[in-house]
Amino acid sequence: MAKKVLMKGNEAIAEAAISAGCLHFFGYPITPQTEISEYMAKRMPKVGGLCLQAESEVAAINMLMGAVSTGARAMTSSSSPGIALKSEGISYIAGCDLPCLIVNVQRGGPGLGGIQPSQADYYQATRGVGHGDLRLIVLAPSSVQEMASLTAEAFDLADQYRMPAMLLADGALGQMMEPVDFSAFEKRELPEKTWVTNGMKNHGGKKNIVNSLYIDPNVLENSVRERFERYALLEENEVKYEEYLTDDADIVIVAYGITARIAKSAIIELRKNGIKAGLLRPITLWPFPKKILGKLADKAKAFVSVEMSMGQMVDDVRLAVNGKKPVYFYGRTGGIIPSVEEVAAEITKISEAL
Amino acid sequence: MTTRIIFAGSGGQGIQFSGKQMAKTGMYVGKNVTFLPSYGPEMRGGTSNCTVVISDEEIGSPSTSTPDIMVALNLPSFDKFEPAVAPGGILFCDSTLIDKKSAREDIKTVYIPATQMANDNDLSGFANVIVLGQILKATGIFGYAEFKDFLLSGIPATKAVLIEKNEKALKLGYEFEA
Repeated sequence: MAKKVLMKGNEAIAEAAISAGCLHFFGYPITPQTEISEYMAKRMPKVGGLCLQAESEVAAINMLMGAVSTGARAMTSSSSPGIALKSEGISYIAGCDLPCLIVNVQRGGPGLGGIQPSQADYYQATRGVGHGDLRLIVLAPSSVQEMASLTAEAFDLADQYRMPAMLLADGALGQMMEPVDFSAFEKRELPEKTWVTNGMKNHGGKKNIVNSLYIDPNVLENSVRERFERYALLEENEVKYEEYLTDDADIVIVAYGITARIAKSAIIELRKNGIKAGLLRPITLWPFPKKILGKLADKAKAFVSVEMSMGQMVDDVRLAVNGKKPVYFYGRTGGIIPSVEEVAAEITKISEAL
Repeated sequence: MTTRIIFAGSGGQGIQFSGKQMAKTGMYVGKNVTFLPSYGPEMRGGTSNCTVVISDEEIGSPSTSTPDIMVALNLPSFDKFEPAVAPGGILFCDSTLIDKKSAREDIKTVYIPATQMANDNDLSGFANVIVLGQILKATGIFGYAEFKDFLLSGIPATKAVLIEKNEKALKLGYEFEA
């Protein structure tokens, strides 16, 4: 068995990125993700890579765009308000069809908000991370092990579908320590990057251009449609989720990230009291696991989206359940992690009303 | 079997170190573990706490509002967490810094004058390790020898004085009769 190390989630992201071949990191410090920058600053020079602390988030995302245009594996990381600053650059990267990784270790908002854990950037990540018709691959780890494995997976997915990927974590996952094993990541067969701008001599004298400006609406529409064909493939092939005790569940909790772990503990307590609860944990937030939710809606009696927000993912749960069964919401926000007891109490209340 | 532990005290008392040490030992002996620190201004003084969960099963929530083992190293921590200890749980207090007694009869409380013991034995700054020694004895969560080995093996050989002080503090705490 490979040796496990006890590591912070933030450090695990950084180490996993480096072992996945990411040799360029552009960041700007913000709590609660600064350990990623710190780790990169320590390790990158030792592996022949580059860790650059930019003058701002806006600079960092544009440096990232430049780096990935040349075919390099590269990433940036930030926390909620910092991601908002990067959003223009993220849209440009999507428009240029460039693969990269953007990490968001969420904190409470809006505005400067707070520095404690939050999941209130769900809309931002899955809907509004930048202007225009665009999607990001959004992966939501729930343990330090997944902070590592999904970082590696995010790079591969980004390369395969030629688009930016986001790892959407939160302050608790970033700061907590758990044993992690770096030996077991799967690697994909990836297409050659024939589009990179690394000199005409490498492309038989042909010019490669990385660009997101199309003045002719017909050309722009075609480029967007081509991109959406790739999005459709992602939705078809790359949906990831975990089911926990859903087989006989009357109530299916839908929760991701740290909240899914609270939900699991609550489910164990609820089942002791005869309440048949289960969990559907989306691992990809986009593409969202709507098919499985639609199937579960045929047998479960109700759904409850549990989030560290005022209710954002619950919209996607409602769309997936499509009116077949009632969908409830429970959440805490502002940096408060819901307790196992309060989630169990809420589900008990819903169960009694069914 | 799942054990939930909260360490709480002032920044600088080695709260995070103690928690990490428990989590590391748990990992080395093959348990599932989580370590969840408080972060933010606490890192620079003020109150500090962390939650450690050690389990034979997969760990759901890494936080708890009802710890099985509570370690309070200052008075504000005692006031905040004493009511939270799970019935049947155990509360450790540094009685040099906490002059209160718990009135709860459904928990066990261990009073150890760790700061005084540290000062008397040229172990200033090692009160947390003294308390760790007492935790091992009172709970049996880990064997004394295995915990000591993992504690000392984490210290670089160039810091021989730290190895010696940690070992002395752990032993002192372990042998203390509460």
